[in-house]
Amino acid sequence: MSVDIIILFTFIMAALWTVMTRSLLRSAIGLALTSAILSIIMFRLNSPLAAVFELSVCSGLISVLFISTISLTHPLTQKEVLEHMRERLARFWLLPFIVIVLGITLSLIDIRPVIKLPLPETVKDVRVVLWNLRQVDVMGQIIILLTGVFGVVILFKERVKK
Amino acid sequence: MYSSLILLPFLSVIALNLPFRNLMKKLAFVVCLLVLLVQISLIVCPSICIWSNDLDIFGSFLQFNFAVDNLSRVMLFCIGIVLLAALFVQRYIIDDEERIFNFVNVLLLILIGMDGIVMVRDIFSLYIFLEITAVGSFILIGFNKDVDAFEAAFKYIILSVVATVLMLSSIALLLIVSGSTSFSSISDALKTSPDSLLISSAVAIFLCACFIKAGLIPFHGWLADTYSAAPAAVSVLLAGIVTKTVGAYTLIRIVNSVFGFESSINSLLLVIGIISIVIGALAALGQRDFKRMLAYSSISQVGYIILGLGCGTTLGLAGAVFHLFNHSIFKTLLFVNSAAVELETGTTDMNGLSGLSKKMPFTAMTSVVASLSAAGIPPLSGFWSKLIIIMALWMSGFYVYAVIAILASVLTLAYFLSLQRMVFFGRLKEDSANIKEAGLGLMFPALILALIIVAVGLFFPFIINTFILPAGNILGG
Amino acid sequence: MRLFWSYGLFISILCIIGFYCILVTYNLIRALVGLEILIKAATLLIIVAGYITGHEALAQSLVITLIVIEAVVITVAVGIVLGIRSHNNSLDARKIRNLKG
Repeated sequence: MSVDIIILFTFIMAALWTVMTRSLLRSAIGLALTSAILSIIMFRLNSPLAAVFELSVCSGLISVLFISTISLTHPLTQKEVLEHMRERLARFWLLPFIVIVLGITLSLIDIRPVIKLPLPETVKDVRVVLWNLRQVDVMGQIIILLTGVFGVVILFKERVKK
Repeated sequence: MYSSLILLPFLSVIALNLPFRNLMKKLAFVVCLLVLLVQISLIVCPSICIWSNDLDIFGSFLQFNFAVDNLSRVMLFCIGIVLLAALFVQRYIIDDEERIFNFVNVLLLILIGMDGIVMVRDIFSLYIFLEITAVGSFILIGFNKDVDAFEAAFKYIILSVVATVLMLSSIALLLIVSGSTSFSSISDALKTSPDSLLISSAVAIFLCACFIKAGLIPFHGWLADTYSAAPAAVSVLLAGIVTKTVGAYTLIRIVNSVFGFESSINSLLLVIGIISIVIGALAALGQRDFKRMLAYSSISQVGYIILGLGCGTTLGLAGAVFHLFNHSIFKTLLFVNSAAVELETGTTDMNGLSGLSKKMPFTAMTSVVASLSAAGIPPLSGFWSKLIIIMALWMSGFYVYAVIAILASVLTLAYFLSLQRMVFFGRLKEDSANIKEAGLGLMFPALILALIIVAVGLFFPFIINTFILPAGNILGG
Repeated sequence: MRLFWSYGLFISILCIIGFYCILVTYNLIRALVGLEILIKAATLLIIVAGYITGHEALAQSLVITLIVIEAVVITVAVGIVLGIRSHNNSLDARKIRNLKG
């Protein structure tokens, strides 16, 4: 358990850094790092397959997407950077304090919900669950991927033509 | 049989994107029209659809546990009608073959999404179809590459994703309680498990997500911008059916089939409903933009639906479903009218419009029908649904809410009269000599919708017994 | 259930970080980063729910679907952001407050 607490702690730290850091590029890298730590947590919670997905899609694909978007925007000049830093600090300084105070208060409260846990599942194989029991979800994945393709066609391609 | 409502649009999207693209581009409009007509005819007379047996071949190796009851049938009918109207409007406004083709594809995918929302009986699959509909809507809002539309779409994305994250957290908490995601097992588990903080927070979070999706008052920030900035056809689509399906229908379905009517849920629904009705109507009075006024009116009308649901009785539920139906018909008609006005005059600012009824008599007439129905003037359809909701409130003992609902109905009449006076009646401006009536492509859907409003109002005794009361008694069918 | 609360604590903090980011930032990309962090919190909550009830297979299949959906939503959102940028050449949300709300 203590190892898990340390991993969770680094998870929160990575998320905090993602939000607080000044440069957008570092923010995108921080997001990838957060995803990678999340996939370690998933792995430790007996969910290896989902962890692989998280690592490859969120940490890989989405980070590439963010970084390529950021590289399309213009970099700021030195003076603008200084201006921007001061202004950001004014808005974001509160967050670490909120996080610390909230963390301490929540760890003092001990909530133990009275719940009758359901019986463990009978089918233990992810492949069986996904392909046999949840076919609607697989269908939904195909449909939303198609929607995404049309989104790219409409939002990216038509503009180039114009 | 009903899984063909998902498979048919899906197969047509695939077919449209196969080779022979030039041919398919010409066919796109016709294919979409046929798919929508099949859906409507399947709902109106299920017995004539012999072809559906052939599609069962697909159903035999795909095990979709879809279920269709009377509430779903009402929604499927509305979805067909409103998408048809949106298709005609877009076809009339845009001539470019390529763009119609793209629009049709996304429209078919949104159709799949909404049909799925209406038919699934699993809370996670519900989330998937909600997300399909939402992504399709984001794309269509930005369809014209207009900067205001992009900004509205971004606002919508932020709030929509926040809503789905709330929904997912609620799903996870319900998973702890029940160990499953199907409606029936969650409902059973909620009945047997001891009342705890976990369950009440899961319920509250889910309801909150539905309120954001429906654009009710504390969470309405995105709605007016989105409706007014989106392209005309997309406003028809969003206002007519999308927000009603993803917000109001989901709320009705979840409260009815999963959470059950408890006094705390009912009072939350009643309070949110009445606040939305009053503030939405007051905000609509202050608007000077045609589409923006309709958007605030939409918030107010969805408030009535939530109010009917909050009664917790069969009659209230029937009223809510009936008002959902009426609202999607008359709001679609009003947005079709606004599309006609925008197209002919180039603006939706009501200060720049006046006396259009002399130039556009048909548009003026249909919009009067829709406005009177929305304001609850007998014998139009909107009167009956409001009457049922108010009767249900009165019979459940919520006298204060009933009185406020009646008074807010007067506000509705006030803002629609001011809209009619500013846009269609009064003196015609001098520089409007070359304004003419919108073409057949816009008159046809407007005529159909107006006929539905009048017919439902006149044949109300027949309709209440065959469709509406059975829909209130949802568990059957 | 003790286990649930120790994860629940970190998940709530993660939600606060995400919401704070969305509310305070003026940068459109960073708002999307905030959304991503919120989605991460929901993902972890589903996995934890699967772990403590012994439904890991179900939770994993839900999370796989969720990740696919997340990728599509973020792609479309990036498309919208690039559209805004091509109009007013900036990612600053203060320049886009044309809409009245």
